[in-house]
Parts: sequence; structure tokens; C-alpha cells
Amino acid sequence: MKTVYPDSRGRYGEFGGKFVPETIMFALDDLEKGFNEAIENAEFMEELQHELADYSGRPTPLTYAGKLSAKIGGASIYLKREDLNHTGAHKINNAIGQALLARRMGKKKIIAETGAGQHGVAAATAASRYGLECKVYMGEEDIRRQALNVFRMKLLGAEVIPVSSGTKTLKDATNEAIRQWVASVEDTFYMIGSAVGPHPYPKIVKEFQSVIGYEAKAQFAQIKEGGLPEKVVACVGGGSNAIGIFSAFVDEDVSLVGVEAGGKGLLTGLHAATMANGTAGVIHGSLTYLLQSQEGQIQEPYSISAGLDYPGVGPEHAFLKSTERVKYENITDEEALEALNLLCREEGILCALESAHAVAQALKEARSMRAEENIIVCLSGRGDKDVHTLFEQQKEEVSHGQ
Amino acid sequence: MGSRMKEFQSKKSSLFVPFITAGDPSPVVTVDLALALQNEGADALELGIPYSDPLADGPVIQRASKRALENDMSLEKAMKLVANMRAAGLTIPVIIFTYYNLLLQLGEQKFFELASQNEIDGLLVPDMPFEESKDLQKSCSAHDLSFISLAAPTTSQGRLKEIGEAAQGFLYCISSLGVTGARTSFANGLDRFLDEARSASSVPVLIGFGLSSREQMQQFEGKCDGFIMGSTIVSKIEELGPDLLREDKKGEALQTFSDFLSKLVPLNVYS
Repeated sequence: MKTVYPDSRGRYGEFGGKFVPETIMFALDDLEKGFNEAIENAEFMEELQHELADYSGRPTPLTYAGKLSAKIGGASIYLKREDLNHTGAHKINNAIGQALLARRMGKKKIIAETGAGQHGVAAATAASRYGLECKVYMGEEDIRRQALNVFRMKLLGAEVIPVSSGTKTLKDATNEAIRQWVASVEDTFYMIGSAVGPHPYPKIVKEFQSVIGYEAKAQFAQIKEGGLPEKVVACVGGGSNAIGIFSAFVDEDVSLVGVEAGGKGLLTGLHAATMANGTAGVIHGSLTYLLQSQEGQIQEPYSISAGLDYPGVGPEHAFLKSTERVKYENITDEEALEALNLLCREEGILCALESAHAVAQALKEARSMRAEENIIVCLSGRGDKDVHTLFEQQKEEVSHGQ
Repeated sequence: MGSRMKEFQSKKSSLFVPFITAGDPSPVVTVDLALALQNEGADALELGIPYSDPLADGPVIQRASKRALENDMSLEKAMKLVANMRAAGLTIPVIIFTYYNLLLQLGEQKFFELASQNEIDGLLVPDMPFEESKDLQKSCSAHDLSFISLAAPTTSQGRLKEIGEAAQGFLYCISSLGVTGARTSFANGLDRFLDEARSASSVPVLIGFGLSSREQMQQFEGKCDGFIMGSTIVSKIEELGPDLLREDKKGEALQTFSDFLSKLVPLNVYS
């Protein structure tokens, strides 16, 4: 059966919806109307395809990781190379889509939030290309951790606004971006970076990220004469690369695995495993699973990867978990680092720490599969931004005599 | 709707509804502040429940939430605090202002039980728009609670009509775009918005967000039925906080708070 959601209220089963101040309800209605018109408009879709191809560099390859597969044993591993996109991650697919939509809707200013900085860089890039003014909200702690991306955003002409409330990370940057959107909603487009937030954002982000899945499916079919992989694996913070790649396979007989950040281990409390340890609640305008106290105060997540460090998850993922269509697992910092190093040495690919979680899970899955079976892993981004973190990590290991 | 809210609706045209955060600077002092507000002429009290991620609030109320959370305040504890206010002589309606997640985690059934046990009169959920709140609105009616709806200058005429018709207790009209916090100017077309809100609704129309002085209230003379004021009052509580927490200074600090209120409350604003 084909899946038809969200419904007219923006619900994915019990999840999703619009839980926002009344002030921005009209903007969400406008956005929904503008988006529905745009994706039905041949000219808009043609321009989007053109920009994805000629500017961002799509299609990205589907690379067979032959040495890695042989080393692990079991299934063959294929990598969907979103790391080869312009700006270095899948985030640009959505940023180009939303920037073109903003321009089509007559908005001249965009605001965005960012954690690790990849969405901020993508938003600043798209804003620069399409002549939009761009403000990026970023937690002070993330500004410190991701100084290089902050510099890139500034080079691209964006204004980076430090957020000092709460724990000064992505959660607080998102709160602040929404607050600022409420204040400037009449002329400003909010470019959200993941498949989260009030309806219609999760639907919009999925649409613009679905290119990952459709390309991967077609590329795999070409290699394997029309066949499908047995499994597709992707990391999940908010979940936009995962929802993008899953979209082409969700109605097929393909096993889907989402991978969250297990941080230092679920028992330590230091993790971002929303699906494993979260409960249903409302965050950033949407009903979904989130990490919270019994009373409903949102709790801080932890991950070595700033991009997975989010206390909620996109509402469609919450739905896919509740229907058991997607299996959600978690990978610790240590396992992710190990997978990152292995991929680097075997295939010469330095992936983002986010993507390393998906790689680590794929390695686990591959071991218990047969040699003729195949796994596609979404390699959501490249690891340049994480070199500093990796350097610090290695230094620590050296100082511990490892 | 309960009798306290009915009395509120029939009182006068310049209704005054102040907002304070439960647990700021301490649960005990919250009770004292509520009584001071009543003594200075508040017609109802909006009691804010602290939340870690208050999307609709500006920095002043965010800071108050943080302080209250450090005092271990929760929705359940705040509702129980209202019983203490009643025991100490609070007779005006109390409206609980809470973000939806806190209500969701407490559970509706428990919320209505506590509301009845602790003599609570209304509920306001700033991140729950009209479409999402229909069921909750019905449950509120069934439990004699007023569900306070919000309308904004950006609300379309069609929606405003629907919201106005369903409004219980009073209709909360947002004066300006953005989050809570004192400001010097208000949204364009505000007069027309208030006119439309009054003709769409049979309950009093109150204006809030950004009001910080009696002079500002005078600007709206004849255009609404009353005022909601939060950040200016919470800011004063923040300033007086250290003294309010000291037994030897509390009396004096409460007097300062009352003097401050007496200059704000629009008792004779239309005379």
C-alpha cells in the first residue's frame, strides 16, 4: 500500500501538526500554498533540477565500497555520496529548494538556524546565489565549536547571530530563529534545515531531499539490472538525509535503518537517541519523540557530532518508528570514530561524523548478511568540518598512550 | 465557565490582567505577589508555568522561567500553589499560561482534576493555535474552565471570526508581531484589528504583548476592553528578586512592588 501522509492537518498518524504562536499561522498557510503551487509548476521544478545539476553537482555518485565490504565480510556496501555536493553535505539540496521557493514567494530575506554549521553554510550559499539577505542563528557554544563554518558563512555574506539563551546550541538557535521569524514574518522566509518543525516544513524538506533516494534507487537499479538493495541505512538527527533517501524505498520491500547518536552510551544519559529514549511531546512546533523530563522540560542531548546533537526528531520518523516500518538503532561516539577511520583507510573517504554513525551501523548489519546482498549507506556529508574535533580526539588518545 | 470568570466579564471596561511566573523568585513569594496584584486592582491573574523552551516569550520572561525552573517549579506544583493563593485571600480568576508540552505530559485528566481542586478558572496555551485546540476547548467548557484564545494582527478575517465566535472568558489580542516584551510601537492596522475582534466576539477583548505603561494603555481608549501586562511586571520582580527573598527586606520590597503597580494599573484610564 502506498503511504499518503501528511494529512490535511499536517499529521503523520498522531505526529506532526502545527504547534506555534497564532502570529505565524498565516505564514505557514502561505508557505503551504506557495510550496504546493511551486512543485506543480514545471518552470520552478525545471529551474530546481537545473540548479541541482549545474550548481550543486548532482547527481552525486553511488560508490561501491569494495575494499571496505571485503574487509567486513557479508553484504556489499554502496555509498550515496552526498559528501560530493557543493558545500559538502546534503543540506544544500534543501537550501537551494527553499531559497528558490522564497524568491518565488517574493521574500527578500531569509533566516536560518544551524548547529554544526552545514545548514548555515548551505543557506548562506543559496542566499548569495539567489540574491537574498541571510541571517543565521547559531548557539554561542556551536560558534565556538564550528569556527571555520562561521567564517565561511560570513565570507558568503551572511550575518551570523550568536544565541546565548539556554545551552547555547542548536535547540536554542532554533527557538531564537522561530522567535525572530514571528517578529518579521511579513517579509521574511524561515529556511528550516531539517525535516522538523511545524507543518508544512517536514513535507517541504522531504520533497527537496527526496532527490537522494530517487537517484540512489535509479543508480542501484542500473548497476544491478533493475534490482533493489536489501537495506538502506542513514543517520538521524532531525532526520532530513534519512527521510530523503528512505522516500524512494519506503513503499518497496527494502529494509530501512535510521541511526541515532548513542553518544557515550544510553546508560550514561549522554546521548541524542531520541527514538530509543525519548517520549512523545511537542518541540519546535511539531508533535514528535523528544528527550524530556517527566514534567515535559526539554533535555539536552549529547553527541560528538554537532549535527546529530538535537533533542527531537522529524515527525515522519516518529511515525515510521511507531508503525515499525523503519528500525532505529544507535551508535556510540567510539563506534562512529572507528567507522570513520576504517572508511578513511579502506576507501580514501573522510566522511562527516554524522555519516560515520550510518557507516558504523551498516558495518554491523553487513556482517550478518549474505555476500549477494547489498546495503546503501547515505554518506550525508564530508568530514572537513570535523577535522578539528578529530585532531583533538587523536591528541587525547596520544596523551593517553594509545 | 465558573462564577469568578463571569464576574470578571461583567466588571468594567478597563480590565487589567497581569502575568507573573510561578516560582519566580520563589513559590512562597509568588503567592505574595499575586495578592499584591489583586490589592492594586488586578481583575484576573495570568500565572505563567516555566518552560525550558518558551517560543513565544522574550528574554525577560525566559529569564523568569529559568529562575523558576531552578526552584523546581512544574505545572502540577504551580496549580497547587493556586490553592495557597486562595487560602491567603485571592479571589480573582486565575488563568494558567502553559506551553502545550507541559500539559501533554501532565495529562488532560490530571490537569482538570488539579484545576478543580485548586480553583483555577482558565487555560491559555500560547503554542496551540485554534485548529489544534478545538478538543481541548470543549473539554475546558465541560470542566467550567475558560480556554483563552489568541488572535494576532496577522490572523485572517475568516479565522478571526471563527476564533472570536468560539472565544471563552476573553479574547487575547496580540498587539504586535514578535515575542513578549515591552516595546514602543505597535503593529500597523491595530485599530482595525481590534474593531474586527470586538465585532467577531461576544466576550471582552483584551490587548497584550508589549504594553509597558499607562500612557500606552490610554492609546487604546475605547478600542478594547482591557489589558494584559507581563514583561514589565516580571522585570520589576527580577529587579526586586534578591530583596523579596530576604525575610528582613521582603515587606519593603513588596511595598515597592505595590507602588510600582499603582502607577500602572489602568483604574481610571478612561475617566
